[in-house]
Amino acid sequence: MALLEVKDLKMHYETRDGPVHAVDDISFVLEKGKVLGLAGESGSGKSSIAITLLRLLPGNGKIIQGGVFLDGEDIANIPESTLRKDIRWKRISLISQAAMNALNPVFRIGDQIREAIITHSEVDKESAEANARELLEEVGIPADRYSSYPHELSGGMRQRTMIAMALALNPDIVIADEPTTALDVIVQAQILVLLRGLQRSKKMAMILITHDLSLVAEMCDNVAIIYGGQIVEFGSASQLFHNPRHPYTIGLIKSFPSLEAKKSRLSSIPGSPPDLVHPPIGCRFAARCPYATSKCTGQDPHLDEVERGHFAKCWYAGEMHL
Amino acid sequence: MTSEEVLEESPPSTVGDTSVIKVENLKKIYEAKLGFFSTIRGKKVKIRAVDGISFSINKGEIFGLAGESGCGKSTVGRTMLQLTKPTGGSVYFKGHDITKLSKSETRSLRSKIQIVFQDPYESINPRMSVFDVVAEGVKINRKALGVKSEEETQDMVQKALFLVQLIPPEQFMPRYPHELSGGQRQRVAIARALVLQPDFIFADEPVSMLDVSIRAEVLNVMTDLKNKLGLSFLFVTHDLALAKHVTDKLGIMYLGKIVEIGTSEEIIDKPFHPYSQALIAAIPVPDPDGRKVKVFAGGEVPNAINVPSGCRFHPRCPYAKELCKTTEPELSLIEGEHSVACHYYEEAYSTYRARMEANKPSPLTT
Repeated sequence: MALLEVKDLKMHYETRDGPVHAVDDISFVLEKGKVLGLAGESGSGKSSIAITLLRLLPGNGKIIQGGVFLDGEDIANIPESTLRKDIRWKRISLISQAAMNALNPVFRIGDQIREAIITHSEVDKESAEANARELLEEVGIPADRYSSYPHELSGGMRQRTMIAMALALNPDIVIADEPTTALDVIVQAQILVLLRGLQRSKKMAMILITHDLSLVAEMCDNVAIIYGGQIVEFGSASQLFHNPRHPYTIGLIKSFPSLEAKKSRLSSIPGSPPDLVHPPIGCRFAARCPYATSKCTGQDPHLDEVERGHFAKCWYAGEMHL
Repeated sequence: MTSEEVLEESPPSTVGDTSVIKVENLKKIYEAKLGFFSTIRGKKVKIRAVDGISFSINKGEIFGLAGESGCGKSTVGRTMLQLTKPTGGSVYFKGHDITKLSKSETRSLRSKIQIVFQDPYESINPRMSVFDVVAEGVKINRKALGVKSEEETQDMVQKALFLVQLIPPEQFMPRYPHELSGGQRQRVAIARALVLQPDFIFADEPVSMLDVSIRAEVLNVMTDLKNKLGLSFLFVTHDLALAKHVTDKLGIMYLGKIVEIGTSEEIIDKPFHPYSQALIAAIPVPDPDGRKVKVFAGGEVPNAINVPSGCRFHPRCPYAKELCKTTEPELSLIEGEHSVACHYYEEAYSTYRARMEANKPSPLTT
């Protein structure tokens, strides 16, 4: 049994113009100790998937259908109190993008970690504090910074604090939503190396949400490419990068500048992402796809297996190549 | 006064110089009061945002300035445009020192020296149509540009939109910014600069707010303008992978100084400065079987108030020795156009090469 199985998940944001189909029939599995990348551009729905899994939705977000099975138990339909008490932080934790703002500015960072531990487990204050100090050391912050306030820390240190907090209850799964987007490149590398090390040593599973394909290549075992609220391609990192079968994945890889490639003209995918209030009837990528036919605009393709473990949502996946 | 008249009145001070724009020992030092007590005591601290920088940009060249946030790269551009007055040093535009010009003289030069801002969602008035956005500058500079009629303005706007690949221009002119994608907006911003027939454009992180799939639209337009019109650009970026494909020359900045400068290939393929090496090793490669990121420098960029003694990078540098703490290295030419400011670049470079090679999977295993 997979550690996490997401099945036909649909989530809409209610707006005055009608529902936004932000998460539209998403299914995937995550095995124990593996890293899954959810990659897509702004507005693709990748972050919405994360907050749907943890049910941290804003007031207008509604789960329409589907299940989220953690060790076989459907956590999409359990009461909020159980979810808060037994699942969030303990089983699944979240490292959010805005580490700068996720910490409370008026509390010491160590105390914030300690409180997270006390709230979710039956330990006394002293051992929780000792635990918090250990965690700080583990993420590369000297334990004597326990009493620092968030404003006294650099951006990288604050992100390390968030990681310490996410790991505090030894979760099975960590969801990292653009964990390095706001950081400079050298600090980003420091955080990536830290995350990769911790993920391996603790044998945690991880969902890495990012717009950056090179981060996916760096960190992930499996990848789901998200476009217009749907998974358009899924496979191992090596399948996706070496043998992509969806025109969107192919376009994305081609528009990514590589430091190691010869100097060349970059390519782009002209056009804009689809309107998710009134999504097109056929394939959502058809309007920007260089290979689209009348079949594509009329009928929505299925996410079909093109080779073992590799799925693509394109009528012509068999003929596509990099 | 037109820009030509301004340039004629101030004689060129450098003879035989082919650069379009050139900065010499440029400095921008901000003074700030930090905290309540220093405010009432009137104590000020100095923030050395740009601390003595020199480089030149030739006709038809894209010069990249790269570095982490807070290194002063955008301040360099803003100072070159006289959007903020430099504390020291000179900016020569076609051989004339433009830091010495009066306010009105500077204003008449503006059409020749243009800017494209980082965020096209902020820099374009949402209530103006594409035509109005691009035509506004023409209307203001009508005399300098020699524009006499509404038709001429229309023609110039059409031509500018055509050059940035917003084709057909008639279709784009009546549209409003909310009807455009981010890439199209940024191209409108370029057209707005272009319509004034500039010689030089400062592009301040022009694609960092855009999705990866549409960045190339904007970058390729820049490259085409360089090739077709011989325009010169200062391209400020934090993304070295982009810089490699877009720029001709590159300067790496750290805490207000250029630590390495040369052609883009020289710097990316053969980084001599330990800071450039750390930047390059930190960039993930979009290939799961490629090399993994390496951390070659600890810590984070210090603020520009307490600049370290000697070499500014020494507290983070794995090769730092006594000399680095006391003596600031000068930029010196190593080979070709490639200069570096490091006492021990040879040792740093050979170690770097070995570590990067060791990280590559052997071709036999894949």
